[in-house]
Amino acid sequence: MSESGQVKRFMYVNRKAPHGTVYALESLEVVLIAAAFDQDVTLVFMDDGVYQLKKGQQTKALEVKNFQPAYRALEDYDITKLYVEKESLESRGLGVEDMCVPVELIGRRELGRMMEEQDVLLSF
Amino acid sequence: MKFGILVNEGPYTHEASDSAYHFCKAALAKGHEIHRVFFYHDGVNNATRLTEPPQDDRNIVKRWSQLAQEHGIDLVVCVAAALRRGIKEEVLAAGFRISGLGQFIESAIQSDRVVVFGD
Repeated sequence: MSESGQVKRFMYVNRKAPHGTVYALESLEVVLIAAAFDQDVTLVFMDDGVYQLKKGQQTKALEVKNFQPAYRALEDYDITKLYVEKESLESRGLGVEDMCVPVELIGRRELGRMMEEQDVLLSF
Repeated sequence: MKFGILVNEGPYTHEASDSAYHFCKAALAKGHEIHRVFFYHDGVNNATRLTEPPQDDRNIVKRWSQLAQEHGIDLVVCVAAALRRGIKEEVLAAGFRISGLGQFIESAIQSDRVVVFGD
């Protein structure tokens, strides 16, 4: 808990593919550190960010760390509100069954409304 | 209003650091408070005193140092992101300090608004 005991609504919006740039990995690091602050956390995956949750990633040939197992650990940090934008998922030919963790699908319009309710909106 | 600032891109390649700097200056001029500027991702490269741009170009790093000195702004560089990119205590420009991501989360809790500069 923060010193003041204040709880804010944090939303992390993940918009980039898991590899190719470092944003996805370093966003996950923020989320995991922030978990210690006992804030109200929501994770959103949209645009190419939906690929971060695509099942069965193998990074050996890339010689980079496969950080996908960390998404499965989010539950242990009490981070359970994971949303995937429906339009992003569908336009990439994917469905909820392709996701490596339980997620809730959310439409673009509804997601916009949810964003308005946040105190802190971080886009990576 | 109290602002927390996040800079996610390095200097020169991307305009994020310039925009963040101009935002801070404008906000301060209007009487607002900058609680902290946190440098993350390639943004940590804004903190190295080894930066030496041509004389006819702006010195982005020095500008941050001056702003920190004039207004007592806390410039914090993420330790994990910094070490990945070779940014250590010994290369830090004046006014910057290295600390953990928790400093950013704290800043987000304390500030009225968080403004993110980057892609």
